[in-house]
Amino acid sequence: MRKLAAAVLAGAALAASFAMSAEAKDKVIGVSWSNFQEERWKTDEAAMKSAIAAAGDKYISADAQSSAQKQLTDIESLIAQHADVLIVLPQDASAIAPAVQKALDEGIPVIGYDRLIENLNAFYITFDNKEVGRMQARAVFAAKPAGNYVFIKGSSADPNADFLFAGQIEVLKPAIDSGQIKNVGEAYTDGWLPANAQKNMEQILTKTNNKVDAVVASNDGTAGGAIAALLSQGMAGSVPVSGQDGDHAALNRIALGTQTVSVWKDARALGKRAVEIAALLADGKRMSDIPGAVKFSGGPKKIEMNSMFLTPIPITKDNLGVVIDAGWIKKEEVCQGVKPGTVKVCG
Amino acid sequence: MLARFIKSTELDIRLLGMAGALALIWIVFHVLSGGLFLTPRNLWNLSVQSAPVAIMAAGMVFVIVTRNIDLSIGSMLGFIGMIMGTIQTDVLPKVLGFEHPATWALTLAAGLGLGLGLGAFQGFVIAYLGIPSFIVTLGGLLVWRGAAWWVTSGQTVAPLDDTFRLLGGGPEGSIGATWSWVLGFVACATIVVVLAHGRGQRKKFHFPLRPMPAEFVVGGMACAAVLAAVAVVNAYPWPVGIVRRYAEANHIAVPDGGLFIAHGIAIPVLIAIGTGVVMSFLATRTRFGRYAYAIGGNPEAAELAGVDTRWVILKCFMLMGLLAAIAGAVSIARLNAATNSEGTLAELLVIAAAVIGGTSLSGGVGTVAGAMLGAVLMQSLQSGMVLLGVDTPLQNIVVGAVLVAAVGLDTVYRRRSAI
Repeated sequence: MRKLAAAVLAGAALAASFAMSAEAKDKVIGVSWSNFQEERWKTDEAAMKSAIAAAGDKYISADAQSSAQKQLTDIESLIAQHADVLIVLPQDASAIAPAVQKALDEGIPVIGYDRLIENLNAFYITFDNKEVGRMQARAVFAAKPAGNYVFIKGSSADPNADFLFAGQIEVLKPAIDSGQIKNVGEAYTDGWLPANAQKNMEQILTKTNNKVDAVVASNDGTAGGAIAALLSQGMAGSVPVSGQDGDHAALNRIALGTQTVSVWKDARALGKRAVEIAALLADGKRMSDIPGAVKFSGGPKKIEMNSMFLTPIPITKDNLGVVIDAGWIKKEEVCQGVKPGTVKVCG
Repeated sequence: MLARFIKSTELDIRLLGMAGALALIWIVFHVLSGGLFLTPRNLWNLSVQSAPVAIMAAGMVFVIVTRNIDLSIGSMLGFIGMIMGTIQTDVLPKVLGFEHPATWALTLAAGLGLGLGLGAFQGFVIAYLGIPSFIVTLGGLLVWRGAAWWVTSGQTVAPLDDTFRLLGGGPEGSIGATWSWVLGFVACATIVVVLAHGRGQRKKFHFPLRPMPAEFVVGGMACAAVLAAVAVVNAYPWPVGIVRRYAEANHIAVPDGGLFIAHGIAIPVLIAIGTGVVMSFLATRTRFGRYAYAIGGNPEAAELAGVDTRWVILKCFMLMGLLAAIAGAVSIARLNAATNSEGTLAELLVIAAAVIGGTSLSGGVGTVAGAMLGAVLMQSLQSGMVLLGVDTPLQNIVVGAVLVAAVGLDTVYRRRSAI
């Protein structure tokens, strides 16, 4: 019993000290996350936290655990905690609308982070997703300008999957129309699961009797699945495969030569930039006055919004140094199992 | 006349019915896909794709038969897979160096140990603390998935140890034509010996005997099925790229028209078959297995008859954990990567496979062979629809409808045969 009391006291003291330190800070930046299950948001969060700490502001956050319902209450609670500005990674872009409106009504600026929140008064910051698709197609096309193409698409429930596919097709359309490239199979990957991508790729290889010359996969996970399928047909390395995210395993595959490209979106740059914009907005700066802001009206409702697009970087064998220099991955991880002399950065 | 003969063979009619349904599905897909489904290549793929779910379905039969459920196995598979991935790429290389010959064995041992441990833990909470298995394993579903994510904070671990990868199949992960035939004939001989021994035993205890023709038909059919399966997997040659590399490495001249090297039975499929045989034996021939069925039939009666029901249930969950670990090893080896999403929703596929295979959720009824056949049936549907280019949402709709229809038919059959 006494132990319990001590623990409670210690907890209370700890909470009090947190509260004290909080009051000493300047602005409160609230962040509502959609789900931390994915590796990448942790990276964003770390970048945001350090940028916020450096500016002497306070970071408060909530994770909606993939529930649009929970995110509504999360945002309300962030408002209740006196957030001066909100950064929202929406789980569901439409379902979030009432909560965002409520924040805006209270005069709290809202930034849609990486996923679009279509509201005239919200700011939108993201990487250019269509460009990611274009970059994937360009890199594969450069490696294999003609032949049979397979498209391993993302989850059919994720609008980004279609953005990516649209970008890929945009680049390849002339070659498809001229008959240079043939689309011999395309499949959505349920839940973006690598294992599903592998099964789909196996079936496509069976269907085409291995007559596949290039694979445009939408991210590194699905690329990994597709490559595993190619591997068991002895085709890995000779068939170019695209991806995105800069997964450590994928960067290693690029060094090994089984994957052609991983379009890398430096999540830390995105997180840092979002926080900088948030601080400016909290100080009362107008959205259109944010340096680098552009008008965007490409959403489903065609509403014109202030937004900012960061350019992703396609990582291939030739510029693996970029991710190593950025501290994203260690050289040993990239070069694990790579034969000396085959890749420049690995020596 | 025919009916009486089939009855005299004492074969499980429901199992036969399922095999018939499977054959029907295969033929339909074969026709619709323009002759792609019933090719050695696709059947070989199908066998490997079904392996992880089939392995776990064998254990799920025990869990469901004792009136329990295990919702945590998909997450457990993911967690154990992640641990095995980390051990072989991160921990052991630091001690032993890369590609050490013992890496795969140590990794696998650690994984199996962990599976047993997690299973035992959940089993203990369920059996001895009396918390319903639905709740405990629902908690497990969240806990182990979270743990899988925790291990590397969500990062994918790849590539894996070369020897370990053999567990996942592929050309090198298959045993080749010669050994496949050897195994096929050994299996045939075993079937004959088992049948003969069974007949001898019956004679000894003056049980009614199967008519001689029935014995021959059963033995012949089983043997033919085994050898046909071996012939199919031996008809699937290594892809040209791998043959070329193999020929170069071993200094073999490739003749015109290419070198024919057969895949043979894939290692994951061997593991699945081995699991099936062992689990069937456990279910039908051991005290533990019979107790499990007795508990499922009537827990109070079993307890009053002196069965240590709690210990039996704990053992069921230990088995389940072990099989989840085996399936985890196969899955990550096949993907050549451990991801934190590995095995998502696998628990539902496994339960569906067991249920389609005739396992009753009210306990006491179910066979290992049926559950494994159920796994193959579900995978056939999915692979076949991908071959036809059916969209994902529609695939899910079909699989869901088949699940309900299969159980519906089974219920009707059971009601009629009870009268």
